[in-house]
Amino acid sequence: MALHFIKKAGPGLMLSLWSLVAHAEFSWNFPKPVTPMAVDTLHVHNKFMVIILAIFIIVLGIMIYSIINHRKSKGYQAATFTGPSTRSQLIWTMVPFAILIYIDFVLMGIPAYHSVVLMEDTKNGADMVLKVTGMQWRWQYEYMDGDAKGIKFVSNLATPEDQIHNKAAKGEHYLLETDNHVVLPVNKKVRILLTSNDVIHTWWVPQFGSARDAIPGFLRETWVKIEEPGTYRGQCKELCGKGHGFMPIVVDAVPEDKYKEWVAAKKTDLAAASAGADKAWSKDDLIAHGKEVYEKNCAVCHQSNGQGLPPTFPALAGSKVINGPIFDTSGKLIANSHLDRVFNGKNVMPAWKAVLNDVDIAAVVTFERNSFGNTLGDAVQPAQVKALR
Amino acid sequence: MLSAQPNRNDANRRLALKLLWVVGAAILFTLSLVPLYRVFCQVTGLNGKTDVRPVAVQKSLKVDESRWVTVEFTGNVMPGLGWNFTPNQSSMRVHPGQIELATYEARNNTNQAAVGQAVPSVSPGQASLYFKKIECFCFQRQSLKPGERKEMPVRFYVSPELPADIQNVTLSYAFYSTASATN
Amino acid sequence: MSTATTVLHDEHHAHYQPGIMRWLTTTNHKDIGTMYLTFALIMFMVGGAMILAVRAELFQPGLQFLKPEFFNQLIGIHALVMIFAALMPAATGFANWMLPLMIGAPDMALPRLNNWGFWLLPPAAILLTLPFTLALFGIGDGALATGWTFYAPLSVQGGIGVDFAIFAVHLLGISSVMGSINIIVTIFNMRAPGMTMMKLPLFAWGWLITAFLLIATIPVLAGAVTMLLTDRHFGTHFFNAAGGGDPILFQHLFWFFGHPEVYILLLPVWGFIPHILSAFSRKPIYGYKAQVYSFWAIGILSVVVWAHHFLTAGMPVPALLYFMYSTMSISVPLAVLFFCWIATMWKGSMSFETPMLFATGWIILFGIGGLTGLVLADVAADAQYHHTYFVVAHFHYTLFAGGMMGIMAGVYYWLPKMTGHMYNETLGKLHFWLTAIAFNITFIPQFFLGLAGMPRRIPDYALQFAEFNMISSIGAFILGLSQLIMVYNIVSCVRGGKKATDKPWEGAQGLEWTLPSPPPYHSFTEQPVVE
Repeated sequence: MALHFIKKAGPGLMLSLWSLVAHAEFSWNFPKPVTPMAVDTLHVHNKFMVIILAIFIIVLGIMIYSIINHRKSKGYQAATFTGPSTRSQLIWTMVPFAILIYIDFVLMGIPAYHSVVLMEDTKNGADMVLKVTGMQWRWQYEYMDGDAKGIKFVSNLATPEDQIHNKAAKGEHYLLETDNHVVLPVNKKVRILLTSNDVIHTWWVPQFGSARDAIPGFLRETWVKIEEPGTYRGQCKELCGKGHGFMPIVVDAVPEDKYKEWVAAKKTDLAAASAGADKAWSKDDLIAHGKEVYEKNCAVCHQSNGQGLPPTFPALAGSKVINGPIFDTSGKLIANSHLDRVFNGKNVMPAWKAVLNDVDIAAVVTFERNSFGNTLGDAVQPAQVKALR
Repeated sequence: MLSAQPNRNDANRRLALKLLWVVGAAILFTLSLVPLYRVFCQVTGLNGKTDVRPVAVQKSLKVDESRWVTVEFTGNVMPGLGWNFTPNQSSMRVHPGQIELATYEARNNTNQAAVGQAVPSVSPGQASLYFKKIECFCFQRQSLKPGERKEMPVRFYVSPELPADIQNVTLSYAFYSTASATN
Repeated sequence: MSTATTVLHDEHHAHYQPGIMRWLTTTNHKDIGTMYLTFALIMFMVGGAMILAVRAELFQPGLQFLKPEFFNQLIGIHALVMIFAALMPAATGFANWMLPLMIGAPDMALPRLNNWGFWLLPPAAILLTLPFTLALFGIGDGALATGWTFYAPLSVQGGIGVDFAIFAVHLLGISSVMGSINIIVTIFNMRAPGMTMMKLPLFAWGWLITAFLLIATIPVLAGAVTMLLTDRHFGTHFFNAAGGGDPILFQHLFWFFGHPEVYILLLPVWGFIPHILSAFSRKPIYGYKAQVYSFWAIGILSVVVWAHHFLTAGMPVPALLYFMYSTMSISVPLAVLFFCWIATMWKGSMSFETPMLFATGWIILFGIGGLTGLVLADVAADAQYHHTYFVVAHFHYTLFAGGMMGIMAGVYYWLPKMTGHMYNETLGKLHFWLTAIAFNITFIPQFFLGLAGMPRRIPDYALQFAEFNMISSIGAFILGLSQLIMVYNIVSCVRGGKKATDKPWEGAQGLEWTLPSPPPYHSFTEQPVVE
């Protein structure tokens, strides 16, 4: 009866499933690999898939043959030659034993060995070093050497809230777009150092074939050598709290000359931003800019209305920390004051000094002191933040 | 009921007690895993942690001038410590066996004295076995008065036994507030 | 094997207290087995409801019903409930019900311990799920939100849900250890005369190794979560680099328990599936000895491969190679088991009642789980598969198909014996086909989602993953709803139906079939002798 059912209903079911399937674009395998490691991984993966499919089909075939032929309903008499436990049975069981030893240590084992060695080839021949710091819930990048040395920025999810909450149509790179792309030159071996400021994250771009954990207090490394210009997208893949699904990675791989242009432009930008810290800002300008910074960085936890998500993420409205002084009489930053908490962080609160520039920090603090019903009326100047560095 | 039951109940109880000993042994084993892991990491460099005690320089230490190794320096200040902390040099080219001095600068940016502990980590993990620190600010807790700046030195050498395939070694410190470490 | 048994029909000997007190105080292995199985069934539905909420959220991109933080709580508690409160109690329930019958014992060896072991479970289930309710009243921020793995430092950061889950794990652990001690003592000391170790039913062998794995590894889990508790509240630094600890140590400890746990869930099933295959093939179990040796081999290998669960955490090459090859080695004894299962069917006289349908489907689906496990062992490819939906699909093929569907085969196989009534065969078959088809509709797309790069444990996803997620969610709802057929079938079978004979399955072998259906309250009043 069972088989009868498969015969009758199977094709129809497959057909209806297929019609559902045929209209959409599906990807059936790894995305196109662009680094030597990813190419190797794809080859190994394909080979292994063929091997396990072959095992599966052979074993299933034998089983189905038996199911079709050795049935009571067909009047097949059970063989009696197999006692409960004979020597011949033990010898027969050596067959799958030997086959699997061969598959594990030769057929699959040897290519797997080579890919492990390739994957861990981080220790020499690097053209440049990129440091990646994971934090809840964004990535921070620092260029460690060469012309780009000193470039340092944070990369946030750029998908608007409205799209996530289905109030607006979803964009092309929904959840896979950041405000600051990482830019890397093609055909250069980049050593990637990983660490974290809070919990464990995993930095992963599928087309690079490398995934490595970012562990607080420890340094880990991996490498990429991107062989094709393009924009590559990835995500964090270690559960790191409520924003885990919302910390994408976007890497632009560009030719050497374009990379140099980007480095120069980025440096100019950073210089301009730090020059902005030297001028005096009006309170209104700070609040306007601070609102933008807040929406991008702070609203995830403290919410757009400043109510937070207690007990983990306290409300900013009416907060004791915010409604207190920032500098003492001698002009020093008061420990555990509003600016201290933003600048240096505490527990779950990140240390924004590593992530935001002076203007951003001054602006967001000023914004918070004059919003959500907080009416301190004062302003923090970027120059005051700069003096803390 | 069965006549042999009292004997059997005794035997059951005895065996159950023996198995409780197995559970006890498993608990002891669990507790021993913590120090065992530490020792295992020290021996194999599994997690990239370096020694937290200074090494004595051996007389036999020879400089391998035929070889260059690039050492990079980086650091993170963990949330809750009101300090700035940056390496004064981002990298150094060194000969294995050569004793070198690198420095970081730390500054307390608040009006409160604070104590911090730097936790070193070396990548690749295997290199941590060959990264020898003679003197390091990470051996003790460091305290900074309000607004104080301090230069923090690390005197080290890379052992000439460093495997030949390692050309780049990165030393990283994560500076933790010891106040938050004990709360 | 043939047996000489005298059974007294002793309904009047069954003196137990009336009402709820019977169940609170019972030391009878069948009562306790029934409670375990009922508990498992209830928690299976609870865990299933949680994941259907998750699948509803994942039906389309965007956040529809669940906040991300609540989503994270659901996935973690789903796993803990399914593993500790559904699969493990179900296997323990079978052990309680069937082991004494199968080895010719009057009862479990330590009846009072048995009772305590069960009654620790409901409080543990409450501890796991209570924070959801507390959060509704503004206390705390909900249940454990770290996934079932408790990874530090995320779990150090978490709210009271973590503490509740830690205590729940302690209770569940104590309960499992009690159950295991009881099972080992029963198997060692309570066998009928003539039943040597190499004549033990395979189910007993599977459980024996499970029980040893449990008492060796549960303390490691308990220790790890206790260290987590002290890190959270008493200022220790086991898993915090600040005080000289290491977050990865937690992963080592957790998976030192966690990997054997997979085999703890599967070995009892591997134990009774051969009985079912043999019964419906009307042919003895093939390769009994080879299967026993394979159980041992897998039991031992399972405690030396743990780190393949976090290969991306960064390890030296020799460690990576060791964990890769040792993990691959598990496929060798597993292949022997697959061979024996199919050889048991080979040239049998097969008929396909519901238990056999489940057992056959189980071989195929668990086979997919095993084979995908083999490729996951490869370190380089694992960097891609790790923490994606490929892994989610893989472990559902092993734990839902390999675990839960195996349990279902056992339920249909033994239900006539336990209740004395035949279940509805048509509904049973319908349940199988719906389960098997819906299961594949749910999880095959997840393999492709994983390959395409969708990480697991995300509440919202990029648009290229939309179609497969929609198919998967549809499958999940069919799968979930078809389990109601089983619930209905079980309930109506308990309440009545066609009378079951002592041995309702023509080819079934073993001492349990020499007793009436249902067996008397005190099973063997005269001990059977095995020749």
